[in-house]
Amino acid sequence: MNRFEVLETIGMINNEKLDIRTITMGISLFDCADENPVRACEKIYNKIVSKAKDLVRVGEDIENTYGIPIVNKRVSVTPISLVAAASKTDNYTIFAEALDRAAKETGINFIGGFTSLVQKGFLNADRILFNSIAQALSTTERVCASVNVASTQAGINMDAVREMGQIIVETAQLTKDRNAIGCAKLVVFANAVNDNPFMAGAFLGVGEAETVINVGVSGPGVVKAALEEYKGADFETIAEVIKKTAFKITRVGQLVAKEAARRLNTNFGIVDLSLAPTPSIGDSVAHILEEMGVEKCGAPGTTAALMMLNDAVKKGGVMASSSVGGLSGAFIPVSEDLGMIEAVEAGALTLEKLEAMTAVCSVGLDMIAIPGDTTAETISGIMADEMAIGVVNNKTTATRLIPVPGKGVGDFVEFGGLLGRAPIMSVNKFSCNTFISRGGRIPAPLHSLKN
Amino acid sequence: MKTKSSFYSCFNRKGGYMKLIVTVVGKDQVGIIAKVSANLAELKVNILDISQTILNDKFTMMMSVDLDESFSTITDLKKKLNILETDMHLAIQVYNEEIFNYMHKI
Repeated sequence: MNRFEVLETIGMINNEKLDIRTITMGISLFDCADENPVRACEKIYNKIVSKAKDLVRVGEDIENTYGIPIVNKRVSVTPISLVAAASKTDNYTIFAEALDRAAKETGINFIGGFTSLVQKGFLNADRILFNSIAQALSTTERVCASVNVASTQAGINMDAVREMGQIIVETAQLTKDRNAIGCAKLVVFANAVNDNPFMAGAFLGVGEAETVINVGVSGPGVVKAALEEYKGADFETIAEVIKKTAFKITRVGQLVAKEAARRLNTNFGIVDLSLAPTPSIGDSVAHILEEMGVEKCGAPGTTAALMMLNDAVKKGGVMASSSVGGLSGAFIPVSEDLGMIEAVEAGALTLEKLEAMTAVCSVGLDMIAIPGDTTAETISGIMADEMAIGVVNNKTTATRLIPVPGKGVGDFVEFGGLLGRAPIMSVNKFSCNTFISRGGRIPAPLHSLKN
Repeated sequence: MKTKSSFYSCFNRKGGYMKLIVTVVGKDQVGIIAKVSANLAELKVNILDISQTILNDKFTMMMSVDLDESFSTITDLKKKLNILETDMHLAIQVYNEEIFNYMHKI
């Protein structure tokens, strides 16, 4: 065993905040469908509790054995709109409450899957789920909701986009006493993936196994520290450094994922090659971009820097794991990244620049607090723009926008914990009402016709 | 008696005992190696390899050990070394060797 390698690893864990961001157990709920909604909820609760009862303990055990922190243990389930479709009821809030109870019983901090997939059209169940989202997010604590409104194959369901704008405003109102926290648990996707381990957008899609372990790694601090030793080096050199670092980070994810799957007697799904920041010091993606040479995240050059980072992370990570999936890329959630928060405060980073950045990295306009008086139509407009980027680039994009009631530009909002804190960002004042009110579906792009 | 969870944490994936890496970093002083070794011996932990140097003015030691003969778990070992860590103002850490193999060996 090489001493320097050992010390390097220990330094990554102790000083550079290398951790496993999440072990997420996917649990299929298809066999819980029941005509009687109360009976269905009972089955859902029982299945989650029986499958995930050891998840937290095993996570802590692995943490203890390998010395690597595992920050979150979570569960993702089959989209509830598919499971609840058989039940005779016009409100799915009870399903969210069953998920919440199961989360509390198993000790996990979030459960994802209060989900609808409506990229091409609505099932009756999707209508009911849409109508239940705001209430479900306000009465539960740990449930995360997501909706897929667009895909490269189907185009953009603009009816769903319009309705989601209204639902986000409604959710913000219902949770206004808690800084609209309901919206922090609600993601709108284009090209949502079936094996995402990260909240709030995790669900276990169709075509996945009965139970599965997906792992999300982290480590922006490790990448930044590695780059600090290469000041002034050219891009080929720093791309190599990022690749090597990403390889090492991902190997740890692979080890933990295999070990967790073995101990929980379930399938190993994927490792998500992501650089996921947290609000703590030394864990920021924005600071990596600044280390590359932009004065503040958002300055000219930021999009190019992020593109290179994202690409190098994938190239390094892909060889480190036998199965890569999920979102796999750098995350840029504003409230969860200290560097992003600073950049917004300094006036370097705007919503429009963030939108450009989402074209070259994973996910999208994530954890962005906007003024409470932003209209539903404007939110839908921002959403439609983001969906268009995903659909035409054949990638996942998403929005997690939080219109905080009573707050305006210049104010700060505190969500606490991993969700962090966010400055309210300015939104373009011009209207898109006529555009959004058209309804219908924006057709799939030409390159969806691959066959 | 080993509980179920600690039972797992002293075996490697093939069912054999796993190797651990113990690192000790701190101000150089008389008796570090002696005391760490004595603590390991009390738990019947076998030392396979020791490498020690002064790095950035700090005593830095790396030990490769196994729990073959021991009835202790990694948690027991950590607890015991924790006491020594406080007494001697050192930083002592225990890791499963596998994490280093995974990260640095292709």
